[in-house]
Amino acid sequence: MRKYVPKDSVQKKAYYTDRFHVVPSTPREDVSTDEVFAKHLETLSAKVDVKSARIELGSMVVEIDHKDNYKAVETLRDECGYAQLTEMSAVDYLAKDGNFEVFYQLLNLKEVKRMRLVMRIEQGLAVESVVPLYKSANFAEREMFDMFGIVSNNHPFMKRILMPEDWEGHPLLKTYPLQGDEFASWYEVDKIFGKDAREAIGPENRDSARIDRYDSKRFSRVGYEVPFGAELTPENETKTEIEYSKTFLVDYTKKSGKQLDKRK
Amino acid sequence: MAQHQVNYASAGGLPVALTTVDHLVNWGRSNSLWPLTYGLACCAIEMMASGASRYDFDRMGTIFRASPRQSDVMILAGTLSKKHSEFARRLYDQMTEPKWVISMGSCANTGGMFNTYATVQGVDRIIPVDIYLPGCAPRPETLQYALMMLQKKIRRESANMKNNTKQNLRLI
Repeated sequence: MRKYVPKDSVQKKAYYTDRFHVVPSTPREDVSTDEVFAKHLETLSAKVDVKSARIELGSMVVEIDHKDNYKAVETLRDECGYAQLTEMSAVDYLAKDGNFEVFYQLLNLKEVKRMRLVMRIEQGLAVESVVPLYKSANFAEREMFDMFGIVSNNHPFMKRILMPEDWEGHPLLKTYPLQGDEFASWYEVDKIFGKDAREAIGPENRDSARIDRYDSKRFSRVGYEVPFGAELTPENETKTEIEYSKTFLVDYTKKSGKQLDKRK
Repeated sequence: MAQHQVNYASAGGLPVALTTVDHLVNWGRSNSLWPLTYGLACCAIEMMASGASRYDFDRMGTIFRASPRQSDVMILAGTLSKKHSEFARRLYDQMTEPKWVISMGSCANTGGMFNTYATVQGVDRIIPVDIYLPGCAPRPETLQYALMMLQKKIRRESANMKNNTKQNLRLI
């Protein structure tokens, strides 16, 4: 078994910080500068409570309460002409703000406008599924559950989509280690052979440049070759001289008897 | 009527070839290796190229088979994800003895560049491997060479597979 190292604070402690790094900020404009967006925002704010709205990089960003998400998406689809849900997922801000940001990226093909509907949600709470409105939300909500653990209520098939169904943990959380936790590192061994096989198979080798000169099954040191699987310790390694082949087709060291150019 | 008489003992030798069982069986085995059609990632493209007309595995007696029951070599061509590892092992178990495994490419050998939670760090954690083939992705020539090395290995083996020392992962 590997020694357990707590990984709860991996996001708080950045292993590399650039002293001169400046977080890039994009200019934020008021929604009233674009009349199409202003019209959409007016329609939306008549139905749900809008917390904030802005235009950033040519697309409108509207923040709402997470309880209003179905109603807001329905309004945007039916009354504002956002016919396509191009992307929806979540962002992990647990370490920074203590919640997730769930976003819906919407596209209006007739007026050529894109907007993003964002909402903050605490860990453990569920959102209402928008699958009845957009078919593309089906896989996206399953992925959101798989990667972040945010459940969508009234989803037709709320199961993991990328990871195996018996997986533990949600890999896109900032607290999830990139190389996997204890469960992940033994997953295939536990599943195929059972937990008893862990000791025989051994832990994963994560160092791709690992060299063990005393492992005669996997490595062969030039000049110190031993038979496959032989016991090798620092005491008994012996140098074997490299023998070069004595056979040759042409002896280049000898001066050729042939005279190729007759003039010389 | 002319009588055709052959004196086997004197004229050109007996029509009998003397060999050992090992040699005969291994000659048959090594020259008709049938790999499983099983591509995992981009290495599979190179594997397909090896089987197609330009590199032509068929001239070595190697024909890709679409069923594990009919094949005796498994070429693990590509990244093996942890989700898929169970099925790779099941396909290996479904292959009939004798069977051999070629691990093709860096990902299959060690996990390669995918040093993540979702990739098996070397297929030899779940399947005993005979030939490790380096490269990302290996050229078809490299796979041909690996296959020829496997043929050489088979010719050295005993025809009785029980006598061959293999990495034994069948623990349970």
